[in-house]
Amino acid sequence: MTDAAQPSAPVTVRFNTPRRALSLHREMAQVWDDEPGLRGILSSVNHGTIGRRFMITAFVFFAIGGVLSMLIRAQLATRDGAFLDTALYNQVFTMHGSIMMFLFAIPMLEGLALWLLPKILGARDMAFPRLSAFGYWCYLIGGTVIVLSLVAGVAPDGGWFMYVPLADATHTPGINADVWLLGVTFVEISAMAAAVEITVTILRVRAPGMPLSRMPLIGWYLLGTSVMMLVGFPPLILGSILLEVERAFDLPFFDVARGGDPLLWQHLFWLFGHPEVYIIFLPAAGALSTIIPVLSGRPILGYGAIVAAIIGLVFLSFGLWVHHMFTVGIPHMALAFFSAASVLVAVPTAVQIFAWIGTMWRGQVQFRLPMLYIMGFFSTFVMGGLTGVMLAIVPFNWQAHDTAFVTAHLHYVLIGGFVFPMMAAVTWWMPLLSGRWRVRGLGEAAFWLIFIGFHGTFFLMHLTGLLGMPRRIAVYPDNPEWEWLNLTSSIFGMVMSAGFALYAFDIVMQALFGRRSWRNPWKAATLDWALPLPAPSYNIASLPGSMGGRALDTADAILPLARGEGFLPGAPRGQRETLVVTAGSGTPVHVAVLPGNTTLPLVTSLAVGSFFAMMLSGLYLLTPIAIAAILWAGWRWGDIMGRADDSDPVAVTDDLMLPQHFMQRETLSLTGVRLLLVAGATLFASLLFGVGFLTVVAPGWPAPPGSLSGTPVMIAMAVALTGMVVALLAAHRVETVRVHAAARSWALLGLAANLMALIALAGLAACLDDPTAHARDALRVVMLGHAAVYGVTATVLAARSWRDAATGRLGALRFGAVPAWRLFQGFWLVTAGLSVVLVVAQEVL
Amino acid sequence: MLSRPRHLNRLVPALAIGVLTGCGGPLSTLAPAGPAAREIAFLWYVMLLGGTAITVLVMGLIAMALRRRPADDSDARAERVWIHGWGLGFSAVVLTALLATGIVIGERMLARDDGAPRVQAIAMQWGWQFAQPGPDGNPVTTDGILYVPAGQDFEIAIEARDVIHSFWVPQLGGKMDAIPGRVNLHRLRADAPGRYEGLCAEFCGIGHSDMRFEVVAYDPAAPLPPFLSADDPQDAAAAQPDPVQPQPDPASSQPDPAPETTR
Ligand SMILES: [Cu+2]
Repeated sequence: MTDAAQPSAPVTVRFNTPRRALSLHREMAQVWDDEPGLRGILSSVNHGTIGRRFMITAFVFFAIGGVLSMLIRAQLATRDGAFLDTALYNQVFTMHGSIMMFLFAIPMLEGLALWLLPKILGARDMAFPRLSAFGYWCYLIGGTVIVLSLVAGVAPDGGWFMYVPLADATHTPGINADVWLLGVTFVEISAMAAAVEITVTILRVRAPGMPLSRMPLIGWYLLGTSVMMLVGFPPLILGSILLEVERAFDLPFFDVARGGDPLLWQHLFWLFGHPEVYIIFLPAAGALSTIIPVLSGRPILGYGAIVAAIIGLVFLSFGLWVHHMFTVGIPHMALAFFSAASVLVAVPTAVQIFAWIGTMWRGQVQFRLPMLYIMGFFSTFVMGGLTGVMLAIVPFNWQAHDTAFVTAHLHYVLIGGFVFPMMAAVTWWMPLLSGRWRVRGLGEAAFWLIFIGFHGTFFLMHLTGLLGMPRRIAVYPDNPEWEWLNLTSSIFGMVMSAGFALYAFDIVMQALFGRRSWRNPWKAATLDWALPLPAPSYNIASLPGSMGGRALDTADAILPLARGEGFLPGAPRGQRETLVVTAGSGTPVHVAVLPGNTTLPLVTSLAVGSFFAMMLSGLYLLTPIAIAAILWAGWRWGDIMGRADDSDPVAVTDDLMLPQHFMQRETLSLTGVRLLLVAGATLFASLLFGVGFLTVVAPGWPAPPGSLSGTPVMIAMAVALTGMVVALLAAHRVETVRVHAAARSWALLGLAANLMALIALAGLAACLDDPTAHARDALRVVMLGHAAVYGVTATVLAARSWRDAATGRLGALRFGAVPAWRLFQGFWLVTAGLSVVLVVAQEVL
Repeated sequence: MLSRPRHLNRLVPALAIGVLTGCGGPLSTLAPAGPAAREIAFLWYVMLLGGTAITVLVMGLIAMALRRRPADDSDARAERVWIHGWGLGFSAVVLTALLATGIVIGERMLARDDGAPRVQAIAMQWGWQFAQPGPDGNPVTTDGILYVPAGQDFEIAIEARDVIHSFWVPQLGGKMDAIPGRVNLHRLRADAPGRYEGLCAEFCGIGHSDMRFEVVAYDPAAPLPPFLSADDPQDAAAAQPDPVQPQPDPASSQPDPAPETTR
């Protein structure tokens, strides 16, 4: 369970009476397996299935992005590049970047996390299985639409960072940019879902007795990743919403003539975009920290220092987004600050690299295939990191920015820091995934092709950039001096592509024809190898863990665990169960009953998808239908989350009974809601940043006098806030008196107060100044829309709480939807209150 | 095979050009023709040297780690060496030195208000318009060619008319974005009279690849050259050495006067 590389002594203790492993397996498979046939494809919520699907789909998109990169290299091989016309070329490179970032890298790491985390933390599934499936469907549908747009010839063509004004409605009139904004945002839903789910799982769904401070390092890495996703994606989501609203309804957020500023987009984009690099790097580094110690036969050096480095990276990475903007003309003190921050971020990275080298130094390295990919990582990522430090030095950045040098740098970082480690990870975990051992030789050949192809493509590209070749040009007829460099890159690019094709072939061959792998083939100590091979749907018949001096918590415990000697054996109640522990020490507190197979996630993603489809096709008047469908689906999600009667505690070990989650206030879902609101708070903070940035920095301010100071407006604001306060008090009251009939009346009062607040908000909307006139008024519409979204959510939760009260789903230990209602209600009140303060301040000052 | 594929005919001369030109070329940051570009090129070579040394060092450590027998040192000692020594100490020293150098060099390049001649550059889809002080002191507007005095600093006020572009003359110095609604000041200097190529470095749509321009640095002591636009028929004359007198710069590989200007 700890990251000790050496398996410890055989275990003799047990928590439950052993049973026959085969009958246990049948009992669990009955409950946990996907349904057979097509229905099983549509209704699976199992983390193993969903994680595998994420990774396979990500690899398919990787292949598509790879084909696009070959088109780019073919185009640039000669200076006249008569291969693609410029319009198509612009779509191709935009799609290459967007696909690799949003449809390959992020989903790949989500897939790995979803598939791996419950196994390595000693659990049976992720905290929210339906959310896993929902995220996957959003990803699949959104990604497919984005790729199909290329087939239809209307793919995004503004570069993967979609700078305005180039991406606005004047300069990109078609739906190309809308495909990007809506498609990527739709896919981002899966990233947010994964972020919430990964965080909750790592914090609360671990093996009993596994304290946070001793969990496998990859847990820390993925925790850092998911926290960064929670706060890193909201700025991009906000930016995409703003730009889409500007394109669709002409609200000026980025139009400088009307109080907007194109730099606001750059800030929001890179507030996401830089942390994104570390979001991608951390899981890869997690895989390295898992594999290197085992193949070196030595525990990882400096566990604590690595955890500190991860935390340092999480914080630092949010302080250096401006280094993508050194040439936009910002004050030179800011330049120095962000330059220093960008250089500083290399320190925690160096700590990790030297910790890995030190681990290998102290151990005896076995040069097996994953190690080969790790060598590929070192020899690539070190250089990428060094060119990154060079780019952080402002004067050099002024020359190298937006040239092929940067293209080379980012491929060194992303292929070195993500793709090589991921290939190591896939080869590492393939025996657990497929139950099979690899075919000899193919992986090595693939590695050398990729390695030689990669450096041949990108090493000289640094020089191409220094010789002045900018990014994203289609032809260079007047610059013969770049031609040999580009031709070389193109030739080696094809070699690299062949290598990736061979890698894919290797994996397929292993999955289909490899010989059966024996248990724990790498002799690792982590709990993922305490599973039968290939991992069954339920992972493990009884959960590993340690308590009261007894321990079954290493990969060696595989047989006792399969015999049901660990925690919570089998599925005696016919439901999917896993243990929930305290975040810090890992003390078991209750049993989470997880949802079984259902098509609800698919239906919900289709409802959400229909909203995006209507936005994309300009059918704005039909969107209320989609919103109603989303609300209906959301309501259905709550149905299984409560019970109308008290449920008995269940036996976890021979002497420990724990309650089921129906009898708990602090459920996994409630933790999830808190984390969702952390993301929500970041989005609102980004919105406030936008208002502040435009007010202070944008040229077209102060705005012309507004008309929001009249008495009707003040009354509407007061009514809305009063409604929110009353409903918050009512929600509090409902929880206090939940065992009495009065709970129903209080819930009804809260519901009514919320409806009143929503009506007041609608009235306020009618009073707003023309939002197309100035960014100030446009931002007010966004603040109002923000309040409306949370208002509707809080109102639905109030209705749900009323229904829980009416149907007996509240009790002494049963809380129904009330705690979640209180959280959303409070969040609504605070954000709406801040918005009111802001608007009043704008009017008064 | 009887006939070679056409691209092979291109391959050989292309490779020959590559070997011959090395670091040169009209857009090369490594063929500096002004102090800013020269300092950055110097910075690059320093960083290249340092970066190579660090890469060799780290890869050497890894190679040794692979071949060594297991070590029996204590965890505390190993952490001191690898985490504190290499991870924190080594990286902090290298990075601090580099950062300080960067800040000092950057400071020297910033625009400041000291009466250097100011020209104006306006970027649009897809071309450049420049305004520079003419013989009588009044601004003269040209398309595609910017005229500046050689041997002294000049400041460029950079604006954009539609989308974001970026002003870049690699032989003279770093780039500066042209952003709608903003005026960005940039400071450059050409050591010697001559023609320097420039381009738009920020992707700006269909015409991005062709958004080139030229900077003509003239001898301020000599009579001013006629300020012609790139599409001006008389520009062919302007491309001749007279009245601009390019003086060969021994320190850098000066580009040949282009027979044809920006398109
Ligand atoms: Cu341009």
